[in-house]
This record gives sequence, C-alpha cells and structure tokens, in this order.
Amino acid sequence: MNGSDTLKKQKKIKLTLPEEEIMSPGHLACQGCGAALAMRYALKALGRKTITSIPACCWAVIDGPFPYSAAGVPIYHCAFETAASTSSGVSHALQQLGKTDITALAWAGDGGTFDIGLQSLSGAAERGDHLIYIVYDNEAYMNTGIQRSSATPHGAWTTTTPVKHYKKGPKKNIMEIMVAHQIPYCATANIAFPEDLIKKLRKAKEIQGTKFIHLYAPCPTGWKHSPDITVKIARLATQSNVFPIYEVENGIYSINKKIAKPQPVSEYLKLQGRFRHLDKTEVDFIQKEVDRNWTRLLKMEQAFGKDSE
Amino acid sequence: MKRVLTGNFAAAYGASAARVHVIAAYPITPQTTIVEILSEIVANGELKADFVKVESEHSAISACIGAQAAGARTFTATSAQGLALMHEMLHWAARGRLPIVMTNVNRAMAPGWSIWADVTDSVAQRDTGWMQVYCENNQEVFDTILMSYKVSENKDVLLPTLINLDAFFLSHTSQVVDMYNQETIDQFLPEYHPEIKLDVENPRSFGALTSPEYYYEFSYKMHQSQEKAKSVIKQVGNEFKQLFGKKYDLIETYKCDDADLIMVDYGTIAGTAKESVDRMRQKGLKVGNLKIRYLRPFPKENIRKVLSNTKAVGVIDRAISFGQEGPFFTELKSAMYGLDIPLFGFIAGLGGRDVSIMNIESMVAYMQNNDPKDLIWIGVKK
Amino acid sequence: MKKNKKPKKVIIEKASEMPPMPASLGSMRVNKTASWRSIKPIINIEKCTSCMICWKYCPEPAILPTNPPEIDYDFCKGCGICIVECPFDAIGSEKEGK
Repeated sequence: MNGSDTLKKQKKIKLTLPEEEIMSPGHLACQGCGAALAMRYALKALGRKTITSIPACCWAVIDGPFPYSAAGVPIYHCAFETAASTSSGVSHALQQLGKTDITALAWAGDGGTFDIGLQSLSGAAERGDHLIYIVYDNEAYMNTGIQRSSATPHGAWTTTTPVKHYKKGPKKNIMEIMVAHQIPYCATANIAFPEDLIKKLRKAKEIQGTKFIHLYAPCPTGWKHSPDITVKIARLATQSNVFPIYEVENGIYSINKKIAKPQPVSEYLKLQGRFRHLDKTEVDFIQKEVDRNWTRLLKMEQAFGKDSE
Repeated sequence: MKRVLTGNFAAAYGASAARVHVIAAYPITPQTTIVEILSEIVANGELKADFVKVESEHSAISACIGAQAAGARTFTATSAQGLALMHEMLHWAARGRLPIVMTNVNRAMAPGWSIWADVTDSVAQRDTGWMQVYCENNQEVFDTILMSYKVSENKDVLLPTLINLDAFFLSHTSQVVDMYNQETIDQFLPEYHPEIKLDVENPRSFGALTSPEYYYEFSYKMHQSQEKAKSVIKQVGNEFKQLFGKKYDLIETYKCDDADLIMVDYGTIAGTAKESVDRMRQKGLKVGNLKIRYLRPFPKENIRKVLSNTKAVGVIDRAISFGQEGPFFTELKSAMYGLDIPLFGFIAGLGGRDVSIMNIESMVAYMQNNDPKDLIWIGVKK
Repeated sequence: MKKNKKPKKVIIEKASEMPPMPASLGSMRVNKTASWRSIKPIINIEKCTSCMICWKYCPEPAILPTNPPEIDYDFCKGCGICIVECPFDAIGSEKEGK
C-alpha cells in the first residue's frame, strides 16, 4: 500500500446530502428512474416523521405490492385525483391529535396534479391546508404506459400523441397556477440538484400552510433515452432554461440558478427519442418558446423580486 | 336534555356528541343545515374538531379517508348528487376498512333537479361495502349516529356506516329529541384508538398493489365483517338500551306476531305505516309492520323469521331499480326464498311524493283483492 | 444502510393471517433487483477519489457511503448513472453474467 492510498483511506468522506437512507432498495422503479431519485431525496430532507399520500402514479407501483413496502415511511395509497384532499385529511387529523411534528406530504405525478388532481390541489391550496405537495414531473402518464398529460411539452411523442400527431401546445404552467393561489411557498426543483431540493424541502417544512414543489424527474422509459443519462438530461433541462430553478415565497420571485451560457435546447432534445421526429422548424420554435418563457421569468423577478415591495 | 330538533340538527348534534375530530363536508340541499350547525359549533368551541371546508363531495370523503387513516374519528354528510359524486371513494372507504360515519339525506337523483325525498341515491351504493341504516324519526337519527360509531369502530367490523334520513320529511321537520347527557354518551362511546393506522413509529403502506393471490381473501374478510356486524349491531343496541332506555335492532317489528298481512318498509314511510296499522286494526284487520333499519348487512334471518308465519307481505319501496323492481323488494325476496307466501312489491313516494295513510290502506286493499305482483306503482298517473 | 440486514419474506397462507385491509407487513428488501442487471458497474478504487457522487445519484440506492464507496450488487440494477456521473471516469463496466 503506497502513501497516497493511506491518505485516501484517512480522508473523511464529505457527503453533501444527509447520510441516512429511509427509502430502501428492492423497489420496482425502472433502471435509471428519476422518480426513485426524487423520493430518495425528499425523504432525506423530510425525515421519518412524514406521512405520505400517494395517488395512482408510478410510485403507487414502485413502492412494491402488498405485503411489502420500500418507502420506509407510512404511505396511504389514495385515488388518482385525491392526493391533496387525502393529505388535507391527514394534516387535520395530525393537528387534532396533537401530532404537529409530523409532516403531511402529498406525493403525486404530473397526471395526478396538472390534470385529474388539479381540483383537489386547488382546494387544499385555497384553504391553506398545512401540507407539502410535491409533484414529480415526468411529463406524461407514465405508470399507465406513456400517455400524454397537460405536463407533456410541445413536440413530445407519447402513445396518445403519436409521431403523426405529436403534442402541440404548451406545457401547463403549474407554478403560475399555484402562485396564483397565494400560498406561502412555491418552488421548482430538479433531481440533478439534490442539495437545492433538500434545502427547499427543509425550508418548506418550517412554513405554516400549503407548500408546493414542482420537481423535474426524467423517465428513461417514457422519454426514450438510455437509463444512464437520466441525471445528465435533468441537468441539461435547467442548463438550457427548459426547466428553470426558482422560488416564489409569498409572491416574491427569486431565480436560484442563472445559467451564464445556456445550452441550446437542441442539446437537450437530441438526447431523447420522444423528440426524434422534430424538424428544424419545430426545434427553432421550441428554442423561441424557451427563450420567451425565460425572459418572462426574469421580468417577473425584476417586477416581483426581493426589493420590489 | 330534550330539545326540539330537525333531522339535520339531530345529525349535527349527534356527530358533536360523538366527539368527532375531523369533519369534511360540502353543502347540498337539503343537507346544508347539518354543515352550517357543525361550522357554528366548531367555531364557538362547543365541538373541538377541524372542519375542512372542502371544494367538492369527492374531496369531502377523501379528506375523511385521510383523516380516519391517520387515527381521527371523522364525519361527513351529503345527499343525492353529492353521494353519487363520492361513489368511487365509497368503495375506497369500505375496502380501506375505515369506520367513517356519514349522514345522507335521501334525495332524488337528477335530472330533473329534485330536492325531495327518494331513496335511489343510497340504494345505488348498496354494493360499496358500507353498512346502511334508514331512520324513521329524528331521535333515531341522533341515536343511530352514536351507535354507528361504536359498531363501525368495533375491531371485528371496521366498516363505514351510511345513515339515511328522508329529505324534508326528517331533515327539515322538527321533533323532540332527547340528547341525553355527555358523560353517559362518553361512557357509551369511548375515545377512538385504532389498532392499525398511519404511524411513523410503525411505517406501513396501505392499499398497495394487491394481486389475485390476496385480493379475493380481502373481499372474503370484508364480507365476513359485514356478517359479524349483525351481532355487533344487536349487542350495541342492547348496550344503548341499558344506558339510554331505547331499544334498537337490525329491524323493528310492530304488531307482527298475529298479523295475517305484514307491510315492510323503511324511513319515514315506516312511521306512517305504523299509524295505518293501528287504524286498520281498529277496523278488525290483523295487519302488522316490519321496519327494515339495516339494508347492509341485510338481516335476512331476522326478516324470514318475522314473516314466515304470515299470509301476505307487501313491501313499500321509495326507490326503483330500473329494469327490475323495487330494490328492497328484491332483497326481501332473497330472505323469503322457498317460503310459499304471496309477496307484493309497491313503489311509492318517488321524487318526494307524499305517501299517506290512505295510500297504505289502498295497498292493503290491493293485497286482499289481487294475486301477488312484483311491481305496483302506487298513485302513478297513467 | 445496513448491508447485512436480513429482510423477512412474508408468508401468508390463509385469510386469518391477513390484516383487514392491504397494509404492508415487510420490506421490499426481500426483492433482490440484481437480476435486472445486464451491465455490471465496477468501481476502480485506484482512480476513485471518494467524492461520493456515485452514491449521491444512485436511484435504488445500491451504493454504500463507505470509503471508497461500495456497490451493493444485491440491488444494483445496472442503470449506469454512476458510470456517467463519475467525474473521474473511475467506474467501468462489464457484461453481467460474464
């Protein structure tokens, strides 16, 4: 054993995330699943005193069939459209029973949030029910086999937006919808930046009321890319301004990551089979939309940022 | 303590006396005053509970499911369209084995819009796994809420209960209701402490993917609990009588022992029917009345026992199962299978139409002068 | 993460052994997802600097936060994220079942 080996073994490992694993391996997520990373990080942030409500979505299956579970925290599997309302109920019960140190977490996919679950999410947010709502967004109904949702971006193939009829029309802006509810905390996050996600969840946990996190979680199976580049694609989404990382706290906007030299959107699109059919006109259109949305976000931060009130 | 209360007030005060922790409800005529009273007594601190002002009935029952799973005693109330909207979640609450108690004000299903009494709304939920009980008067509403929590929460039962009362005839009609005193009620109905719940000290997942290897047995167990509930209902009814003086069972018989002819009914019609029985007896007719309280679990054995010695049976249904017959009539037939007794199925009172003593006397006259018939529409203008 | 914890297989033979509703009785750790692998990642401890990025990005997780990190081959599904994310190219691979 040479000197540098000894040094290495004496070097302490520095972990940038909490060490404890709450979620266990052996779960049923696909290889390279963004949603699995999402839950792993969320539980590291929130800890064991968390009760999750999970509607129909990939995680309804990833956790494992009866009689097993992988999450390591209590999970109430609930109906598709009821993530927020079930979690509202859990939250009120915890308050009445004096268990105020336990977090009520609603954990849903984009289908159960942007579409069928939007009413109950809106209701909970309007009432200000004390819970954290995390939508892990893989941009389609993945659990049922890759059908489009209102989170599916312009240009994407899905089984219900096949190549000859690919999805045209913008991705629903769920952040703006939630900001419009005037809840104390809304934020975007990305599985490529777990430190940022964990910081945001720990912040959210300390706030009274409804908190909303839009968490970007690529899906190799549905996005048609090899499972080893899941994190790379997630990172590229932010680096190309397709998925900006920002917070809105009591209506005050702050963009957490400002990319000095954004990657062209084509770098992001070309890695995914679901965009393979797009011609140059479409890619240019998408680039224009991404740039426009980014400019709008910058203007929101200017108009409604920290020093605006 | 006796008060003059409408059925809705009786329901609200029943839930309050049961010391519920979480109420999630959405207004719908004619249930609205339940929701309003509960709001008021939660706001003034009379009832220590959270009232979640949900944005739909679907969310109302979903919130109750979440709250109950987390260990709280919950309550909700609705009617017709609201109950129908909850349908998916009624299955969830029952299969989830959550002892939620819900009050349903029986109202006709739309279209056309009708706010009046009709039982099709609750009958359409028969197969969801909920226990279902029908109340004849406001005292029964108050008492049944207290008893239902005790029955539902019994560890061999663990099924939700739907308590039904007729729109306007009970919901908005004032009657004397004895609300007893809270100490005795607390003695009868202790605090809710479920064995199995969402618990961070013992993390489990509830309702995960269940293969054919297990699903069948879960259904079997659920059915067994409905069967077991029959004896629990009787037992709780006896305990109730001990503390409060009123006796309740799965069914209620009125002058059936020597009756040549027995009318079978439920809800407010039962009250009218008993009055008719008295009048007909004065005229020398040996008539009796069987009031069915529980539609689920269906008290087959009790009904068969009461009816097996009579000469004719007439069922009065305030609902119709389109393409078949009155739903309680079909249920009763299953209890009477093999007995050679003439059975008559009357439909009456749909959409809130009044069912009077005269109507019931005409049903009896029909039974005396005609062969048995499965479907007789009382008072239909045709 | 206790590597050598033996998870219990849940055996149910009749209805009376089941809870009233489907409530879990054991951990998914009984499900050794090793069988999913077609590619096996291998950490080259000469090149490894113990930066722990592989541990950070494993979706199972199937990498232990030891020094150097160790892959838990009971659960590694062979997705290859660790290989791509390693900044030092310190994770190679071989075909599973070699």
